[in-house]
Amino acid sequence: MKVVLQNLTKIFPSRNKKSNEEVVAVNDFTFEIPDGKLIGLLGPSGCGKSTTLYMICGLQKPTSGRIFFGDDDVTDLAPENRGVGLVFQNYALYPHMTVKQNILFPLQNLRGADKPTKEEMLERAYSAAQLVQIDELMDRKPSELSGGQQQRVAIARALVKMPRVLLLDEPLSNLDARLRLQTREEIRRIQRETQITTVFVTHDQEEAMSISDMIVVMKSGVVQQIGAPQEVYDDPKNLFVAKFLGTPPINVFEGRVFEGILYIGEERILSVPGADDGEVYVGIRPEGFILDDGGPLHCKLSSVEVMGRDVSVVSTNPFAVSPVIRSIINADNKVNTESETVSYSLKRHKVFIFDRETEERVYFEV
Amino acid sequence: MVESKQQWKAWLYLSPAIVLLLVFTVWPIINTVRMAFLEDYSGLEAIGGRVFTFGIGNFAKVIKYKSFLKCLKNTVLLCVPTVLVSSFLALLIAVCLNSIKPLQKLLQTIFFLPYVTNSIAIGMVFAAMFNIVGNLGTKGHDIIVTAGIINNIIEFFGGHAVNWINAGSTYAANMTVMIIYIVWNALPFKILILLGGLQSINKQYYDAARVDGTSRTRIFSRITVPLLSPMIAYVVITGFIGGFKEYTSIVGIFGESMGPVHDSGRLNTMVGFIYDSLSRNRQGRASAAALILFVIILIVTLINLQVSKKKVHY
Repeated sequence: MKVVLQNLTKIFPSRNKKSNEEVVAVNDFTFEIPDGKLIGLLGPSGCGKSTTLYMICGLQKPTSGRIFFGDDDVTDLAPENRGVGLVFQNYALYPHMTVKQNILFPLQNLRGADKPTKEEMLERAYSAAQLVQIDELMDRKPSELSGGQQQRVAIARALVKMPRVLLLDEPLSNLDARLRLQTREEIRRIQRETQITTVFVTHDQEEAMSISDMIVVMKSGVVQQIGAPQEVYDDPKNLFVAKFLGTPPINVFEGRVFEGILYIGEERILSVPGADDGEVYVGIRPEGFILDDGGPLHCKLSSVEVMGRDVSVVSTNPFAVSPVIRSIINADNKVNTESETVSYSLKRHKVFIFDRETEERVYFEV
Repeated sequence: MVESKQQWKAWLYLSPAIVLLLVFTVWPIINTVRMAFLEDYSGLEAIGGRVFTFGIGNFAKVIKYKSFLKCLKNTVLLCVPTVLVSSFLALLIAVCLNSIKPLQKLLQTIFFLPYVTNSIAIGMVFAAMFNIVGNLGTKGHDIIVTAGIINNIIEFFGGHAVNWINAGSTYAANMTVMIIYIVWNALPFKILILLGGLQSINKQYYDAARVDGTSRTRIFSRITVPLLSPMIAYVVITGFIGGFKEYTSIVGIFGESMGPVHDSGRLNTMVGFIYDSLSRNRQGRASAAALILFVIILIVTLINLQVSKKKVHY
C-alpha cells in the first residue's frame, strides 16, 4: 500500500492566549511513500516527525493537506478505519492482560463480517507472535518481559490485524545499546517478511540510515531532504542535513571560494570549478581526510584515538566551527603522535561547500 | 542503622506519638477486650468495689437482644446497598468528569462540596427537604400541607406526597431517605479518589485502543476498569468499613432518637447500640458489641481482599 502525503500541514494553536504564536509542527509536507518500503522519519526533537506519524495514523488531524493510502483518501477517517498498526514509544501494552490477550485485543474489537472466529483469532495471534518470536511468552504479563520482548509484543499487536501501514514511534529509544542493534535488524526482517509499508520515527540517524529504504530528514516542521540513506549522506542538500547525518559528525570550517579555489584561512585547499566566489562553510566528512605530509590542510594535533580497524585523529584548526576536528584514518597509516601538526589532503567527493548565508549546498564539479 | 548511642534520641523524638498512641489507642483496645469478657461489667459498679467474673456472658446476652439484631439488620441494609450504589455512581461520574474538558475544575469543586460540609448540617437539610408538615384538616376533611421540596416536586408531577420521615412514616420510606442521603454523602470522596486514579492512567493506552478501533463500552470494561481496579478496591473496602460504622447520618436526619417520632430507635445501628449501652453504664455489653462489630468488619474486609486478589491488577 503506497502512502501519499499531499501538502500536509499541522498548526498547533498557541497555548498562551495573550501571545498569538502558533506552532507550525509540520509545514507543507509532500511525499509519496512507495509500497512495501521502510521509511525513516528523521530529525531532532520537535521537528514534527512524530506529529507527521500521528497524522498518518489518524490520532491527529492535519490543519490542511490530504493523506492517501493507495487511492483512498483517509484524511477524514478515524484511526480505526484506516487500517494502521501503531507501535508506541513506550509500547502501551495493557499491563493487566497477558501477552496473548494483548495481541488478541485488536482482533476482538473487529465487528460484523470482519470478526474472525475464536480459532481464527488464536491462529492469527500465534502466527503474529511467531513472526516476532515471542510465541513462548504468550501467558506472561508485560511486566514480566524485558524491554526488547515488550517491543516485540507491541509489534505483534500492531501486525495481528494485518494493517495496511505499520507505524513505529521511536521504536528503539527505550532499549539498551546492544538490544537496539538486534531489534533494528529484527524490525527490518519483519518488514521484509510482511512487505507492509512501514514508517518509523527516530532522532537517531544511525538507526534510520541502517535499516531504512528511504529517509526523510526534517527540521522545524520542514522537510529538508528525502532519499536513500547513502544518497542523502553522500549528497546533502544543505548544512543541516550534512551535520545531522554521520557519526562522527561532519567537520565544518569557515572558508571562502575565490576564482574556483576553495580557501580555509589562507590555505588553498581544493580547486572547486563551477562554484561562485563568496564566503562559505566547508563540510568535510571524517573519512574524507588523507594523511599527507605535503597536504594543503594543516591542523594542530590534539590526540589520536585508536579504535582497532581505524584511528581517529583529533585536531584543531582556528577556522573550524566546532572545537575539534575528527578524522577517521585507516589504522595502517601511522600517525606521528610526537608531531605538533598534522597535514591532510582531501577526498573531493567527501568535501561539501555551503553558502554562508543560506546554508544551502554550493555545487562544484567533482 | 542508628548507632546505639543515638538510640535514646530516636526514642525521645518518637515518645510524644508513642505516649499518645498508648494512652488513646492501645490501652482502650486492651480495656475493651477486658471489659467484654467480664460478666455484666459496669464502670460505676466497678468503682463501687464490685468484682466481676470472667466469662462470655456479655456476648451471649448481646446476641440474644432483639434490639441488637434490629441494629445489625439496619446496619447491613444501610451499608451494603449504599456502598455498591455509591461506588458505581462515583465511577460513572468520575469517568464523565474526566472526559469533560470545559468547566471540569468547576464541576469537580461542586461534586466535592458535600465532603467539606458537616454531615449533621447536611442531615438537617435533608430532613427539611423530605419533610411533610402536618395534617391541618378536621375529621374527614384532611388537608395535607407539605413543606419539603421533594414532596413539592412529587406533587408537581401529579403524585401523592409521601410521609418520608415524620410521625407515621413507614420503615421503607425511612430507609429510602437514609440510603439516598448516605449515597449522596459518600459520593464526593469516592469521586475524588477515582478521578485521581483516572487522571494517572497513561493516555497512550487510550490512543492504542483508539487505533485498534475499540468501542467505548469495551474501553470502559477492558481498559478503564481494570487499570482503575486498585482505586475501586480501595473505595469499596473503605466504604464497607465506614458503612458498618454508620451512625451520624441517622442522627443528622432523625436526631438522637434514631427513628421517627412514633417509633424511636427504629433505625438504630450497631454503633448506636454501643452508644446506648454506654450511656446506660453497661460497658461490658458495649464492649462485646464493639468486638462483634470489629469481627464483622474484619470478615467483610478479608472477603473484599480475597475478591480483589483475583480482580485487581496492580
